[in-house]
Amino acid sequence: MLELKDICYAADGKQILDHINLVVDDAKFIVITGPNGGGKSTLAKVIAGIITPDSGQILLDGKDITGWSITDRANAGISFAFQQPVRFKGVTVKDLITLASGKDLSTAAACDYLSEVGLCAKDYINREVNASLSGGELKRIEIATVMARKTKVTIFDEPEAGIDLWSFKNLIDVFEKMHEEIQGSILIISHQERILNIADQVVVISNGSVSKIGTKDEVLPGLFGVDTGCRYFQGGNA
Amino acid sequence: MLDDVIKNLLAEVSDLPEIPTNGAFNIRSNGASAGRHSTENIQIEPKVGRSGIDIFIQPGTKDENVHIPALITESGIHDVVYNDFHVGEGADVTIVAGCGIHNCGESESLHQGIHRFFLGKNAKVKYIEKHIGEGDGNGKRIINPETYIEGGENSYLEMDTVQLKGVDSTKRISSAKLAAGATIVIREKIMTHGEQYAETSFDVVLEGAGSSAKLISRSVAKDRSRQLFRSKIVGNTDCYGHSECDAIIMDDGIVAAEPEIVANDVDATLIHEAAIGKIAGDQLMKLMTLGLTEAEAEAQIINGFLK
Repeated sequence: MLELKDICYAADGKQILDHINLVVDDAKFIVITGPNGGGKSTLAKVIAGIITPDSGQILLDGKDITGWSITDRANAGISFAFQQPVRFKGVTVKDLITLASGKDLSTAAACDYLSEVGLCAKDYINREVNASLSGGELKRIEIATVMARKTKVTIFDEPEAGIDLWSFKNLIDVFEKMHEEIQGSILIISHQERILNIADQVVVISNGSVSKIGTKDEVLPGLFGVDTGCRYFQGGNA
Repeated sequence: MLDDVIKNLLAEVSDLPEIPTNGAFNIRSNGASAGRHSTENIQIEPKVGRSGIDIFIQPGTKDENVHIPALITESGIHDVVYNDFHVGEGADVTIVAGCGIHNCGESESLHQGIHRFFLGKNAKVKYIEKHIGEGDGNGKRIINPETYIEGGENSYLEMDTVQLKGVDSTKRISSAKLAAGATIVIREKIMTHGEQYAETSFDVVLEGAGSSAKLISRSVAKDRSRQLFRSKIVGNTDCYGHSECDAIIMDDGIVAAEPEIVANDVDATLIHEAAIGKIAGDQLMKLMTLGLTEAEAEAQIINGFLK
């Protein structure tokens, strides 16, 4: 179980996270949504250890991990799929998936993860994770690397961005399969109604606070109209 | 007979565990020949009046290798050697050179290999050069290779040069002049640490129509080491030249890049790219989210970069 207690974080004179409290039960599928600049990505980074909160506590299975490094949290069972995946000169797709899995991985096993995210494994496995890959390809490789980790908590920051050539259905299948196989908690930051639809719980974050939390049936009807007045929230990096 | 130190060096620079019993080779140890063998298609002959060898590769020779490692295990040796490769028309060969210095003494050991390549029409060469330094003495290990290439019509030379550890000072000069349709591709990988200094200088003249050059340098400068990358590509005709210098700096490492491209013809296309910087923070962060420590992430990024 992951617990966030009273998390606050300010930057450049602005309160980005304002007393966030959230409990993520084991094996739950949670989608975090809300307007741009509301603090969603910052919250994900706080959980992964990339950003240290100014105050508050993060508990993983009752253990206070607030002061833990990114590495320690990763090894304790937290995975994080970046919104904007990182490129590496010379590091291959296989290298990355092998590192993610934490053990020597056969080419066939590494290829399985690529096939699951809709990439033809033989075309990609030995490619470098560099500028020759498109944003969409990188995004799917990013998803494959966190799949290979099989951790108890996995966070995806806007996984749908840039995967326009791959159908949403496949992406949703990946999440559902992961959820079923790993039996871990999955947190997805998303604006997409179709991803919101498969959530056990929807959390709306706006202005740095949890403004609404509940099942999709409880939250969704009132959602499209909150703050922006738009049917879909667009983009976002906060 | 080779002693163990020499054998280890030999294995590291040339991937040869022993003196081979076949194939063309010349092994130079502490300034003298420690073994030489010619084949029907590849003749190796000592030079008269100066130190070095001539390697004659017959036209049409296919799929043969030449190994010419140079090894220094004695402190205080200054070894200058002139090796000329005469590659016949249509030959297709792999040449493995390289130098290893094991210096346990207090005096400076230096190897300067001056290699000239004369490529016949349609000749194809893969040239592999690896430099390493080892030994715990205070004597400096210096390797100053020079490579001169004259590429005949439609010839192709691919050069991989690697120096990843132990060489205190290196000045690497490579130059080429290419005839019509000739191509060279040079890939250089350098890592310096401690107080080391590495200097690279490429000088390529694209003389013939349709000639092309690709120079790719990747380097890492750690500790207080320094590197200088110079490249000059001159295009005198309808040609294509591309040089790329990519460097990672760490600690107090210093890297300077001085690219120069000169187009003397309206149809010359010349490109230079240079990037110097520390390891990107998000790269470290990404690998740390996979469970690596910061030091492990750094090592992984550098290994990949220099792979």
